[in-house]
Amino acid sequence: MDSTEAKEHHGAEHDAGHGHDHHDPGFMRKYIFSTDHKIIGIQYGLTSLLFMLAGFFLIAVMRWSIAFPGEPLPVIGSLLNTFMAGMTSPVLDPETNELIGYAISNDLYNSFGAMHGTIMVFLAVVPLAFAAFGNYVVPLQIGAIDMAFPRLNMASYHLFLLGGLVMLGSFFIPGGPAQAGWTSYSPLATSIPTDGQLYWLIAMVIIITSSLLGAVNFIATIIQLRAPGMTWMRLPFFCWAQFVTAFLLLLAFPPLEVGALLQLMDRVAGTSFYLPTGLAISSMQDVSGGGSPLLYQHLFWFLGHPEVYVLILPAMGVVSEIIANNTRKPIWGYKSLVYSTLVLGFLSFIVWAHHMYLTGMGTKISTFFQTTTMIISIPSVIILTCLFISLWGGSIRFNTPMLFALAFLPMFGIGGLTGLPLGFNYSDIHLHDTYYVIGHFHYVVAPGTIFALIAGIYFWYPKLTGRYMSEFWGKVHFWCSFVFMNLTFQPMFAQGMAGMERRMADGGAGYSVANNPDAIGALADQFLKLNVNITFAAYALGLSQIPFIINLFYSISKGRSVESDNPWQSTTLEWQTPTPPPHGNFTTPPKVFAGPYEYSVPGAAQDYNPQNQKS
Amino acid sequence: MSGHGPEEIKKAMKIYLMVFGILIVGTIFTVLASYIHFDNFALTVGLALLIATVKASFVALYFMHLIEERQSIYLVLGFTTFFFAGLMILTLWASGDKPLYSVMP
Amino acid sequence: MEVPYTVKNRPDTGLYNAKIGIWLFLASEVMLFGALFSSYILLRVTAQEGEWPTELLNVPIGTVNTLVLILSSVTVVMAWASLKLNNFKKFKFYQGLTVICAMIFVMIKSYEYRDKFTHHDVILTNGMRVDGHLVEETSEYIVLSHPLEYPAEKGIGYRPTALHEAEEEANAHGGGHHHTEDRKIMLSDIEKRTNWGPWANTYFAIYFTLTGLHALHVIGGALVMAYFWGPGSRMWKKNPEQFTNRIEVSGLFWHFVDLVWIFLFPILYLL
Repeated sequence: MDSTEAKEHHGAEHDAGHGHDHHDPGFMRKYIFSTDHKIIGIQYGLTSLLFMLAGFFLIAVMRWSIAFPGEPLPVIGSLLNTFMAGMTSPVLDPETNELIGYAISNDLYNSFGAMHGTIMVFLAVVPLAFAAFGNYVVPLQIGAIDMAFPRLNMASYHLFLLGGLVMLGSFFIPGGPAQAGWTSYSPLATSIPTDGQLYWLIAMVIIITSSLLGAVNFIATIIQLRAPGMTWMRLPFFCWAQFVTAFLLLLAFPPLEVGALLQLMDRVAGTSFYLPTGLAISSMQDVSGGGSPLLYQHLFWFLGHPEVYVLILPAMGVVSEIIANNTRKPIWGYKSLVYSTLVLGFLSFIVWAHHMYLTGMGTKISTFFQTTTMIISIPSVIILTCLFISLWGGSIRFNTPMLFALAFLPMFGIGGLTGLPLGFNYSDIHLHDTYYVIGHFHYVVAPGTIFALIAGIYFWYPKLTGRYMSEFWGKVHFWCSFVFMNLTFQPMFAQGMAGMERRMADGGAGYSVANNPDAIGALADQFLKLNVNITFAAYALGLSQIPFIINLFYSISKGRSVESDNPWQSTTLEWQTPTPPPHGNFTTPPKVFAGPYEYSVPGAAQDYNPQNQKS
Repeated sequence: MSGHGPEEIKKAMKIYLMVFGILIVGTIFTVLASYIHFDNFALTVGLALLIATVKASFVALYFMHLIEERQSIYLVLGFTTFFFAGLMILTLWASGDKPLYSVMP
Repeated sequence: MEVPYTVKNRPDTGLYNAKIGIWLFLASEVMLFGALFSSYILLRVTAQEGEWPTELLNVPIGTVNTLVLILSSVTVVMAWASLKLNNFKKFKFYQGLTVICAMIFVMIKSYEYRDKFTHHDVILTNGMRVDGHLVEETSEYIVLSHPLEYPAEKGIGYRPTALHEAEEEANAHGGGHHHTEDRKIMLSDIEKRTNWGPWANTYFAIYFTLTGLHALHVIGGALVMAYFWGPGSRMWKKNPEQFTNRIEVSGLFWHFVDLVWIFLFPILYLL
């Protein structure tokens, strides 16, 4: 670590380091190659928000194709044609035969679908939830001056960025990016004759390596660098959530790395790990065979399921911090939360094959995975229940972060409960690969995790910048997002139960009653029409984020200043530092005397008791 | 393994050399065992893996000082073993519960 | 301002940061190789008759390589113990020996790789299969040394002595009855030809993947060892305790690499 005594910098990224202090390490050292966990957290945060925007752009284009198959894309159609020549299909006026615009081809739809999933999961939500929030908040909350391995921390960000750029780079190669869905099942992924899949695999290996380094760093930090007096049961729940998440990443990602490596070998070295004997695909001649396509699915979902908890646990951590702070009372059942999280972590490793009921698994193993899947819902319900009960009798402050945190509870509830029919193998046979599944996991991640993360941004923003984000625009952002989020994802349950399959560029029009008047089980018109509603709701949801984006940047310099270093009157250690925290975080090394949620202690002078003060 | 005096280190060095001997003997045993062709394939595999496990345990316990390591490291390795076992056993069970290849008549 | 416990142990956990860090990293490595081992087992148990050749690898060479790696594991722990005894010269000796062992290991491994890449498998138009080392190749014919001929449906790398006819086993190579004279095969008689690379079949695929990944670990570890032997050892003068820790941590990684090989050797060479 450099021994430079860094000076307090004032919020904005841009007014950095032009020599108002002769110890100043310079712009590059301070903001690009920084080893300070706070800067790295912000780097992760901004990068992943940008990726989230990119992921949203992809789905916006896809939703147009779903709602209006074959109709020219407005506004960006010709732009897309310029960048991805050969992958758009020109649309001609049926009467005059004139070119009236471009629609996306089915291949491009598949590419966008695969990249939407990959970007959202691996490049947007996980880095934001785990790396960004974890980096910024965890060392502060445990009273450490930095992460245990600051240079490793920098390396993991740069690897993440590199992986992300490789992934984005695949948009600009001939044939476009990977097309086989975010799951990249073999042999489909192996047999598509473009290089996009190769980029996908290489990018994934880099991103996984970055995550592994990050996970090692987090666990080591939480074990080794807790301030004196910060015992395990005095750890804020957010840190517990990040701790378990780091373990999930550490132990679940390597099998996916193996999965990606073997697929890479299949593509590059001509092996057939996933290619069975007798495979007959015209683009794949001369494979030696003897492989197992199911092996890939096992390796993928061994990560895939813990990944769900990687997405959700940090969100639960953020929400519990905000709820405790804004109800002004301790979290109900702190220990139940902690133990539930641990149980969740353990069980999440032995439920993965519930994603594979339709692969022809036997009944015994299906029953096993169905049973563990039902058991794992118990700790999730305990956590949610604890958070609900925490609201009871609190004098709740309905500020923007709290609104998002409150919305998280029922939204995640819907997402979780709709997962139960998918966990039973009988009902899954009907629902598998339909829009019901899409609705289910988007409820978990979008109004669940992403709401919680947005709540976290509003909540910790005053610590980062010394200014509040606008309350008014925050509430506009919340209500619009809340309404349109539900309008977007709620109808998908109905579509899915009616049997509408996912991953179709025409949104199921090919299977409609109109096109197949005599077929049994064709899609009724009312479900197809919902596609249009969903598309416009999704666009409105996108527009609702504009107040947030403006608010985020505007408030850096123009927002209302905080009155003190602890504007939310919080107990945890990150608020007991200068604002923004300097390099090294604490002016005096903190000592911890109390639990994390000592709000409204009877007889105390104020309604909160910071962890570093004797009560 | 930190904070040990020179005496203990010297003693430990003797142990390392002993373990070295054990590992060499183990390697020779594995090779010899593979030349005996048991009729039972499971026995062949079991014996080879047993010797390998014994050798690996010696490396882990003495060279990697696990025998006197701290609880938190045991915990981490315990988790890892559990999840590794889960991955291996459940994957194999899933592939065995129904044959991957159904032979067509 | 320094991150605490980079050198000294934290009292309640009894560990310094890098040690918990390397153990966590090794835990993820266990899952990495664990997943590969699981893949190996899954592929092997689902392989059909003739799809999984055995006893193709050279056991004596593999044994030598195992011993080399075990020796390097001892020298690396001795290097650390020498530092504990304040004997920097001995440390240099042992650490240097470790690097040399690593290089020998990689050299032997690449010799084995070359041996496989030059071994060709040929299916003849008459339904027989011949495999042997390619010694000559022209536009009309190829010449294989130590050829072995058997029906094509026996599968790639079939060895008649394997498993069943143990009493015929006389050759330390674990091979069958090799003809001593070279075999000349006209290209017009060849239906299909491949060498024993990872593309040959699933056994070779997993063999090259497992040993290749392991070899990458050996090379990476050797580079770190060499750094600590050379320029990195200057730290000994400034901060001997931290340097000793570094040697311990890099040693832990090295032992793990050794440990993986202890399992790789029987499952790839012997079973």
